[in-house]
Amino acid sequence: MQSNILICGVGGQGIVLTSKLIAATAMEHDIPVMSAETIGMAQKGGSVFSFLRLGDDIYCPMFPEKTADIIIGFEPAEAVRMLPYLKDGGQVVVNTHPIMPVTATLSGSDYTGNEMLDYLQRNVKNVVLVDGNKAIEEIGSPKVLNMVMLGAAVRNGVLPFSVDDIEDTMKKTVKPQFIELNSKALRYNG
Amino acid sequence: MHKEFLMGNAAIARGAIAAGLNLVAGYPGTPSTEVLETTAKTNDSSIYVEWSVNEKAAMELGAGAAYSGARSMVTMKQVGLNVASDPLMSLAYIGVKGGMVILVADDPGPISSQTEQDTRHFASFSKLPCFDPSSVQEAYDMIQEAFEYSEKYHTPVLFRPTTRVCHGYASIEVKDKEEYKVNKPEGFIKDSSKWVIFPRLSYNAHIHIEERNAELSKVFSEYERNIITEAGDKSCRRGIATHGISYTYTMEALRGKSAPRVFKVSTPFPFPEQAAVKFLEGLDEVLCIEELDPIIERELTYICGKYHLPTKILGKLTHNVKTAGENTCATVAANIAEFMGWEKPAAIEAETPPALPVRPPVLCAGCPHRASFFAVKEAMKGKKSVFCGDIGCYTLGNAMPLDMVDTCLCMGAGVNITQGIGKIEPDTSCFAFVGDSTFFASAITGAVNAVYNQADMTLVVLDNSTTAMTGHQPHPGTGRTMMGEVVEKVSIQEVLKGVGVKTVETVNPLELSKAIDTVKRVSAEKGVKAIVFKSPCAVLIKGNKPAVINSEKCTSCKKCIKTLGCPGIVLRDGRVTIENSLCTGCGLCSQVCPFGAIGGGEDAE
Ligand code: SF4
Ligand code: SF4
Repeated sequence: MQSNILICGVGGQGIVLTSKLIAATAMEHDIPVMSAETIGMAQKGGSVFSFLRLGDDIYCPMFPEKTADIIIGFEPAEAVRMLPYLKDGGQVVVNTHPIMPVTATLSGSDYTGNEMLDYLQRNVKNVVLVDGNKAIEEIGSPKVLNMVMLGAAVRNGVLPFSVDDIEDTMKKTVKPQFIELNSKALRYNG
Repeated sequence: MHKEFLMGNAAIARGAIAAGLNLVAGYPGTPSTEVLETTAKTNDSSIYVEWSVNEKAAMELGAGAAYSGARSMVTMKQVGLNVASDPLMSLAYIGVKGGMVILVADDPGPISSQTEQDTRHFASFSKLPCFDPSSVQEAYDMIQEAFEYSEKYHTPVLFRPTTRVCHGYASIEVKDKEEYKVNKPEGFIKDSSKWVIFPRLSYNAHIHIEERNAELSKVFSEYERNIITEAGDKSCRRGIATHGISYTYTMEALRGKSAPRVFKVSTPFPFPEQAAVKFLEGLDEVLCIEELDPIIERELTYICGKYHLPTKILGKLTHNVKTAGENTCATVAANIAEFMGWEKPAAIEAETPPALPVRPPVLCAGCPHRASFFAVKEAMKGKKSVFCGDIGCYTLGNAMPLDMVDTCLCMGAGVNITQGIGKIEPDTSCFAFVGDSTFFASAITGAVNAVYNQADMTLVVLDNSTTAMTGHQPHPGTGRTMMGEVVEKVSIQEVLKGVGVKTVETVNPLELSKAIDTVKRVSAEKGVKAIVFKSPCAVLIKGNKPAVINSEKCTSCKKCIKTLGCPGIVLRDGRVTIENSLCTGCGLCSQVCPFGAIGGGEDAE
């Protein structure tokens, strides 16, 4: 079995960390894994993505369009940007909170995020909307957005892991004082 | 052996360590940087690790170590090899005693480089063997083999991964510590007939190099990584020749197919000629799928001529593969489908999405470079001036609304470009902006040149105490080394004074009015004068409390947004708002606001 996972958003949202956690969980389960992500200059406020592949017989970490089993979008427009990669019948899990690009601020453009969410709902059968802002406010830390998103993605059953599996790996990687916060975020279902 | 999930660059470092590495030196540059960083992180201090001031210094250091029997590695990005090419070309003639691998990462796209140059050309130009890995696992295994070949043939070798291999991650098989090779350097043995380059030696060495490379071409024809994968369908008379990451895209595209024959070239130089002849046997047409330059394509065309083979060679030169930019799974699948006459992958039919916000990279919120550029801009308002930039985060000062970078060429070039423009346009105030790391790497000689040759210009050093762009590496001005030592800092101001710059002023750009005054005063002087804008990179400091907008005073004039373009200030529902998650409270915007509406930014406790 192979799974193709695409995580996308904006620099600074914790995309790369999320990808690492999934990879580490795969390693725990002896599943071969490859990934590729944006690194360097583009990270500064730019679009960031991570391609992740699990399973046997994989040659490269990137996969072609129309082959992602799931897109985890940390930002509405970024999910739309990567949508061509979703396979027919694939799953999208998306944060509803938009991030304004600096250029929009300068030119006063009216990007709101809603037009992207509408587009996703019109064009994808399986969309899960996650109110990331509400979640991090309720949990009390902006740092756990990635866990909220990952939890929502895993609960959908597209990844070959359970929330417990992810939680086990998380416990091995984060500092002890942050475990509870992260568990709460993983299990947040608001 | 055990499994680990590693980045390509980390795998290269770990492979080198397993091969008995004694010394590694380099200069940071995307996509090569993590090789040296991983070595430093994994180091139990048995390996000497340094960030050198530039690639030339690193290359010479690596050579000295290899003369002494050490296994050495030097790391750089492709344009870094241009800087190190002088020692490289001569070192190829002199050779080494210990294994020496020159790691040069190429950047198809280019994603974060000035050029799309192909280091495989440098291999044939310098006559050095070159290894081209296609995956993270292969990079790990191949670098160990590269050390063996280097030592066996007493020659440095080039190891040339590309961005997607460097920055890809994979779960791979790595050696346990007990399996590592241990290399105990014998030390430098004096022999001037061997280590001192003279015309006579070079002549003899040239003869020897040509013989060796002819032999290596045969050896590489048997090398297990130059693989020919036979087609299951024997009637197929087509073949694909490819390399690096494009090989993996090819294999993805051929999943479930029984043709064509595939040739993977892992040693582009010396080219494995015998293997190529075997591959070409019985083929009517071959498609070469390469990134950067058509090297395999030219070699195969040459071999067809030499052996009178009827095979038609297609690729970039025949416009069957795109000539610039990186390949992807999709482009390679399309190239192969067309070549094989297979049905093209169906175009994706979808509703056109709403206009997507563009997110070009920008200087971080609170970046001191923003303040420096703004100070110079304000000081020079209405005056005829030119602003030459250089390589680093501050190249982003070219974006609106700052618009303060008029030129950018290569590391350190800005200083003398400024001088050149000034010689032709004497009525223009000319500024060169250079970062601290770039200053040490390659702007000091430029400054000497400008002073000696009576330039009239202002040299602005943007000193944020780090090499920010490549992920915050130390440099001579930081007082830290990769071996963890705290050492005396090399002072930029003292260097400038030492080479004859009379006026050298240092100012914190975040004290805006003082900074503007300094620029006005200093730039009015004649000759070469320097301003050092000193303030640490925003990513490295804790930051103050975010700014606060006083909504009663704010008239929504948006001057702060329109003049600074800081990601920390956004428009929300028509109101100017601070994005608390980004703002570092640097205080720049409050000094720009004409109504005194921005406060906050106190020290965070
Ligand atoms: S204080 Fe103003 S200029 Fe500085 S980071 Fe915050 S918003 Fe940007
Ligand atoms: S990393 Fe540092 S130097 Fe680079 S843009 Fe950000 S704050 Fe400025």
